[in-house]
Amino acid sequence: MNNMTQIKHHLTDQLLIGYAAGTLPEAFNLVVATHLSMCDSCRAAAQAYDAIGGAFLETDAQASMDEGALEETLALIGKGPSAAKPMAASDVPSPLGAYIGGGLGDVKWRSVGMGVRQAVLSTSKSATARLLYIPAGAAVPDHGHRGTELTLVLQGAFRDATARFAAGDVEVANEDLNHTPVAEIGEDCICLAATDAPLRFNSWIPRMAQPFLRI
Amino acid sequence: MFGILDRSHETGASEYQVPYGALKPIRPHCQKANTPTVKKTVLQNTWVEHLKRIQADQDQRAFAELFAHFAPRVKAFLMKSGASPSMAEECTQEVMATLWHKAHLFDPSRASVATWIFTIARNKKIDALRKQRRPEPENLEWGPEAEPEAADILVLQQESQQLTEAMTALPSQQRELIEKAYFGDLSHSEIAAETGLPLGTIKSRLRLALSKLRQTMK
Ligand SMILES: [Zn+2]
Repeated sequence: MNNMTQIKHHLTDQLLIGYAAGTLPEAFNLVVATHLSMCDSCRAAAQAYDAIGGAFLETDAQASMDEGALEETLALIGKGPSAAKPMAASDVPSPLGAYIGGGLGDVKWRSVGMGVRQAVLSTSKSATARLLYIPAGAAVPDHGHRGTELTLVLQGAFRDATARFAAGDVEVANEDLNHTPVAEIGEDCICLAATDAPLRFNSWIPRMAQPFLRI
Repeated sequence: MFGILDRSHETGASEYQVPYGALKPIRPHCQKANTPTVKKTVLQNTWVEHLKRIQADQDQRAFAELFAHFAPRVKAFLMKSGASPSMAEECTQEVMATLWHKAHLFDPSRASVATWIFTIARNKKIDALRKQRRPEPENLEWGPEAEPEAADILVLQQESQQLTEAMTALPSQQRELIEKAYFGDLSHSEIAAETGLPLGTIKSRLRLALSKLRQTMK
């Protein structure tokens, strides 16, 4: 865990733009925000895309405010800021910690078979976010995708037919990718995954298990 | 350094060695390798001073000027996003109140005031219109040594202004396409119907518009 890790697989421009524009489902925003907390390069790109939003705001249409709007706003300011929730100390980046309600030790894992465990995080319904725990050397059942699936590695590493993904790396899988992620020997692998469509598993047993996976 | 729409800086991914440790987030301001030679230029119309006055002196006049400029823009943005006029009015007041309360968090070396307000308005849109939480990246902590430098602020603010100027200079049709692409409204058939252009032409126009923007950023 203490070796230097270098992020090789980053977010796509499409995801970064969607995050800046505010058009992604919540579960995707969570993966993006967590990756940005770990990756300088994508954080800089995200800020550049924010700047485009700022330029639109500056140069776009205007809608006149109601009479007395400034006074009302000053009165609103007088009521003070809404209290910020105190953040519990966490071993994961804060956006993810807020969804777990703490750190990895607080995750309520459920077994999904073959040693793999998962925990679904509560987000809006248009996409699902979950934590995956894959024991060293174990595989996540072969599955295809109907939509987009993002997988961010938090600990350990996994490989599939396309590449190796280590801590901080994010895999963006679309409909074409049919893959079997396998955790590397040596360390259990923990990932944050988000998908905007139910996964479809290609083998019989995982299909049986699908209702329990809640995906 | 600003890298608008340009991800080529990533191909040589060896720029950063991210110490991963116990999933700790990275730290900012490790990229000051080539501090540019900065001409002595006064920042004009950037609103940065206004925010400083709000933060330091709770200056209501500075706030009123910011409000007059930005509130109508935020309101129009929220209405465009689907808010009714009365909801947009209420949300805009909340956005501007947030600006006051969070003025101390504004970092002029990382965003222009317009960009910063845009992010607050966007988060309000997600919260109030889409009824979702908005996960934000971990806050970067500012140690005394990480105080943003004047040169960084100047460069960032100037580049933001150039971006705005470039946006204004674009032919309105191209500008509209970029905006639609940005806000995810780029349904190809819809655009084709609107502009009477086939898909290939739309895509090449979009590329042209983006490269023009990129050009201006250099
Ligand atoms: Zn990245």
